[in-house]
Amino acid sequence: MKALVSVKRVVDYNVRIQVKSDGSGVVTDGVKHSMNPFDEIAMEEAVRLKEKGKITEIIAVTIGGAKGEETLRTALAFGADRAIHIKDDGEIQPLTAAKALAAAMKKEDAKVLLCGKQAIDDDANQTAQMVASLLDIAQATFASKVEIDGDKATVVREVDAGLETLEVDLPAVISADLRLNEPRYLKLPDIMKAKKKPIETVSLGDLGVTLAAGLKTTKTAPPPSRSKGVMVKTVDELVDALKAKGLL
Amino acid sequence: MSKILIIAEHAEGKLNAGVSKTVAAAKGIGGDIHIAVLAADPAGVAAEAAKLDGVAKVITVANPANANPVAAVLAPQIVELAKDGYSHVLFPGGTFGKDLAPRVAAKLDVHQVSDIMAVHSATSFDRPTYAGNAITTVEAPAGIIVATVRLASFTAVGAGNSAAVEAATVSATLPSHTRYVKLEAQKSERPDLQSAARVVSGGRALGSSENFKVVYDFADKIGAGVGASRAAVDSGYVPNDMQVGQTGKIIAPELYFAVGISGAIQHLAGIKDARTIVAINKDPEAPIFEVADFGLVGDLFQVLPEMTSKL
Repeated sequence: MKALVSVKRVVDYNVRIQVKSDGSGVVTDGVKHSMNPFDEIAMEEAVRLKEKGKITEIIAVTIGGAKGEETLRTALAFGADRAIHIKDDGEIQPLTAAKALAAAMKKEDAKVLLCGKQAIDDDANQTAQMVASLLDIAQATFASKVEIDGDKATVVREVDAGLETLEVDLPAVISADLRLNEPRYLKLPDIMKAKKKPIETVSLGDLGVTLAAGLKTTKTAPPPSRSKGVMVKTVDELVDALKAKGLL
Repeated sequence: MSKILIIAEHAEGKLNAGVSKTVAAAKGIGGDIHIAVLAADPAGVAAEAAKLDGVAKVITVANPANANPVAAVLAPQIVELAKDGYSHVLFPGGTFGKDLAPRVAAKLDVHQVSDIMAVHSATSFDRPTYAGNAITTVEAPAGIIVATVRLASFTAVGAGNSAAVEAATVSATLPSHTRYVKLEAQKSERPDLQSAARVVSGGRALGSSENFKVVYDFADKIGAGVGASRAAVDSGYVPNDMQVGQTGKIIAPELYFAVGISGAIQHLAGIKDARTIVAINKDPEAPIFEVADFGLVGDLFQVLPEMTSKL
C-alpha cells in the first residue's frame, strides 16, 4: 500500500519574521528555510506506519521552485522511498496545490495522503481538506493518533471540544497535528543515502492542472505592537493596579 | 448586494458562541445574513440562532446523518445550500470551520479566505500569516467567497432578534466512508476558554498536573477560564483542549494571566488580542514580559495563593 506525503519548504520556524517596509510581503531572501514542521510530523508518521508494515512505499511530494529539492532530500532522509517534485515558480495557493496532489494521488494509486495540518507560512489550513473533497474521499484532519487496519484507519483528532475519534475507509487524507509524534533526528548515513534516491520532476501541466489566479495579496503589514507595560514588585501592587483599571 | 450564509457550529443542542462573532464579521460585509443549522434535530439551535441581531433568516436541514459534525457529510449539503444565490459562505474559525470550509470551497472550485480578522469590503479582508507576525490584506477573485472567521477579532452581536426559521431539504448524496466514533470531552464547570472575559493560563513551570491546582483555585476565585501553554500540554499536565496559542485556541479575553509561561512566539500568537495581559514568572528575562501590561517577577507558588487569598 502506497502512501503519499506532501511536504512544503517554508521559512524556518525559528526565524523572526520581517515584513518588508514597502508592504509587499515578508523577507524570504537569505533567510533559513526548512521543511514545514507539521509536514515533518506527517513524514515521521508515514515512516512509523511503514516500520509497522501498514504501508509498503512512501512517496514524498513537493510543489514549488528548484529549492524544493532540498525539502524532498530531507523527506528521503526521513525514509521516503522516492520523491516527486511538481516544479513551478509561481505562487501556489491551496486550491492549486490540492488539485496537483489529488492528481498525484490518483496517478500513484496511493491509499493515503499524509500531510501537515497547515504550513507555518500562509497558515491557510486548507490543502488536505481540499484534496479529500476533490477526490470525494474521507478526511481526518488534526490527527493526534493514527491506526491503520487493512482498508480502514482510525484517527483521533484534536478538536476544540477535546479528542474526537473517526473511522475512515481508505483511500483517505490525514493531516497531522503537533502531538501525533516527535520526528526523529536525522542521522548522517540517512542523509547520505537520501542523495541517491530518485526524484521525478513533473510540471503542473503534466498533472492536468493549470495555475489559476487566486487570492490577490494587496498589502502585508506587521501586527500592531503592544505598548510596553509596567513591572510591579508585590502582589498588593498588582491587585491594586488591576482594581484601579476596573479589571478585578 | 451580498447574500451571506453562515454555517452554525453547535453541540448537544446548543449554538456555539463563535457563530455570533461570525455574524459580526458578516455585518461588516453587509447584506442579507442567513444562518444554516444542519443537525439531527435543529429546532433548539435554530431558535438560538434566530435571536442573533442582524440575521434575516435561519435555514434548518434536519437529517439523522447530521447528528455529529462530520465534514465529509456536511459539505455536500452546504454546497447545495450555497447554490441558492449566496455571495459568501462563512464558517466560525474553530476546528469545526477549519475542517469543513475547505471541503466546501474545493467542491465549489473556489479559493478560500482563512481566518478573516478584518473586513475592508465585500471582497477584501485582512488575515494573519506567519503565526500572526504578518497581516496580509487579500482580495478575493470573482465568484462565491468561502471563508473562516477568526473569532478573537470580532465581538459577539446582541441576541434580541427574532428571525424567521425555515426548513430546507437538500438533495445531496452523503458519503459513508467516514464514521463518527466518539468525542472525549473534558467536562468543566469553568467558563469556556474562547468566550471567557478572564483567562488564567499555566505553563511548564507548574511542573505537574497536581500543581495546576493553584491555577484552578485562582481562576475559580475570579471566575476565569483556564488555559495552558503548549509545553504544559505536551508534558501531560492538562488536556489538549486547554492549549492556547498558534495551534491551540486563539483567545481575546478582557484580562489574561500568563503564569509560569515564558512566552514563546507560538503562545503569543494566541493571546495578541487580549485586552490586558498580566505575566507572573520567576525569570525576569522571560519574553512574556515584553508583551505584558503588568509584570510580576516571583514564584508562582507563592504569588497565586497570595492573590487568591487577597481577592
